[in-house]
Amino acid sequence: MTSVAPFLVFLAGAAIVALSPSRLRPIILVATPVVGAVNLWFLDPAVIPDAAVMDIVLVLHHGDRLSHLFGWLFHLAALIAAIYSLHTNDRLQQVAALAYAGCAQGAVFAGDLVTLFLFWEGLALTSAALILARRAPGSVRTTLRYLAVQVTSGLLLLAGVTVLHVDGAGTGLSVMELDGTAAWLIFLALGIKCGFPLLHGWIIDAYPEATETGTVLMSAFTTKVGIYVLARLFPGTEELIWIGAVMTMFPIFYAVIENDLRRVLSYSLINQLGFMVVGIGVGTEMAINGAVSHAFSHVLYKSLLFMSMGAVLYRTGRMGGSELGGLHRTMPATTGLCIVGAASISAFPLFSGFVSKAMIMTAVIEEGHDWVWLALLFASAGVFHHAGIKIPFFAFFAHDSGLRPKEAPPSMLVAMAVAAAACILIGVWPGPLYSMLPYAVHYEPYSWSHVIAQCQLLFFSALAFTLLKLYRLYPPELPGVNIDVDWCYRWLLPRLARQALWLAGEAAVPLRAASLALVAGATDVGRRWGGPSGILARDPVTGTASLVVLFVFALVLVLHLVHGL
Amino acid sequence: MSDGKRRFLDNPRNVRGIIRALYGACFLLVAADFVVHRHIKHPFEALFGFHALYGLVACVILVLLARELRKLVMRREDHYDD
Repeated sequence: MTSVAPFLVFLAGAAIVALSPSRLRPIILVATPVVGAVNLWFLDPAVIPDAAVMDIVLVLHHGDRLSHLFGWLFHLAALIAAIYSLHTNDRLQQVAALAYAGCAQGAVFAGDLVTLFLFWEGLALTSAALILARRAPGSVRTTLRYLAVQVTSGLLLLAGVTVLHVDGAGTGLSVMELDGTAAWLIFLALGIKCGFPLLHGWIIDAYPEATETGTVLMSAFTTKVGIYVLARLFPGTEELIWIGAVMTMFPIFYAVIENDLRRVLSYSLINQLGFMVVGIGVGTEMAINGAVSHAFSHVLYKSLLFMSMGAVLYRTGRMGGSELGGLHRTMPATTGLCIVGAASISAFPLFSGFVSKAMIMTAVIEEGHDWVWLALLFASAGVFHHAGIKIPFFAFFAHDSGLRPKEAPPSMLVAMAVAAAACILIGVWPGPLYSMLPYAVHYEPYSWSHVIAQCQLLFFSALAFTLLKLYRLYPPELPGVNIDVDWCYRWLLPRLARQALWLAGEAAVPLRAASLALVAGATDVGRRWGGPSGILARDPVTGTASLVVLFVFALVLVLHLVHGL
Repeated sequence: MSDGKRRFLDNPRNVRGIIRALYGACFLLVAADFVVHRHIKHPFEALFGFHALYGLVACVILVLLARELRKLVMRREDHYDD
């Protein structure tokens, strides 16, 4: 059976959607991931040729267990998002979605860093279109900020790859030590994509501003490509343990006080990426298995949560916790599906997060990182608190906002149901997921000891929420923005730039006076020579001209005579 | 789906029932520490009801610190608008 590189199926789908009439577009949108999955199933890597740019060979397809796991995951995510988006028939979003999914496939099957770079930039451009497609006031500016950060990440990657190439180190995707310029440049590029602390601003700035479907896709692809590459290039890098621990901790504080519920989910996204980064940093077989399986679970439950909030946004046009509440009355199915996502991210037994996160926790404690383990446990309680309870509570329960929106459209419900089913299936029957992991799994998540410990942690977190709420200690949902690192380029930088321009204007005052004086002087000279009484302006008399001509003739005559002698 | 319809959670008695069920579940989970043999991976875990206490304390600290954070970082909604 003929097969092509997985990314080509999606890029072809995007091209066809771009040219198709509106009736056909939804069909092609949903069919593309299905065709892609069939192609991936029968894929024969030998038939996919390498490409070449000058003397650099681009390995367009390199598939091992790690690539295939992410490849399958992204097919599933693309299919779920495609079904979810059927409530609208927006060509820009459809083309961007398929092209974005194609770039994600290209990135996880890339066999070298240059190919990876090309798809890295593709991810940036195609996902930016999903923010632009919101077409809200400010969408253009958010898109530009997002692009600036993503392109910076791409440039850092390119710079790192260039240094490697110039040094003759080769541009293969092999494990790196964090020493030398190239490794640090690539590490920073990955740091932006994975949302390392202080480099995370773009996630909480842009994700809540994309379209309903756009945020679902973005939460699935960009950061997870970052995690995939990090697992490939920097497993066992000690620094990642600490970076990851900070990533699990600080977003939960922001999430508790954030009003925009999709921004709450963006903070919890960083928190979940933190668990994966810690796993990659620990680097043992169990830790890597944990990080990768957690990425798999995460894409599904985070999509589900973003989809449920997208449905609320679509039906009510609002996303602030202070404006919502009581929606379970008219959106019971969305409420139930959101709770499945909430239980999964909180790692309740029988839900997906439980079977994946536990491997990271176990690996961390086995390697003796006690403090990090305590931090992750704190963050586990915190994630239940803000994503598990806060999201469903403030959207669907809490006070009655008086809003009575219709239930989510059937396409949205189907997509959410597929994701919810996957979350429960993985939680109840982790075997198939475990069998796809890079290393053999020697771990049994379901022991009474583990189940009770986890339930104690979660139920007492719920108890804390209940008591704090009853005693009115819980911070109320309030409209407002919380400044974070994006403040640096959204508030500080524009003002610094304006200040610099003003200073430049001030500094230019004497310069301008000097140049005016120069111009005045030049004008004066010009006037003296060419003015009404200037030499150049005098009316030449015919007689003077004749005299000059006569003088020249005489001179020629004399010279000729002299020469003739 | 009429607006006037009373839902399960509209009745305060049912809400109180749910909260009582939560208290009951918490009690049973701590009690389970007497019964179930625990696999200890960390010395802390040997403490009675460690995970329960940690979850409760962690969340209270989380919320109290977040309230302080809000005083520090919260701005008006139009903070970024020019």
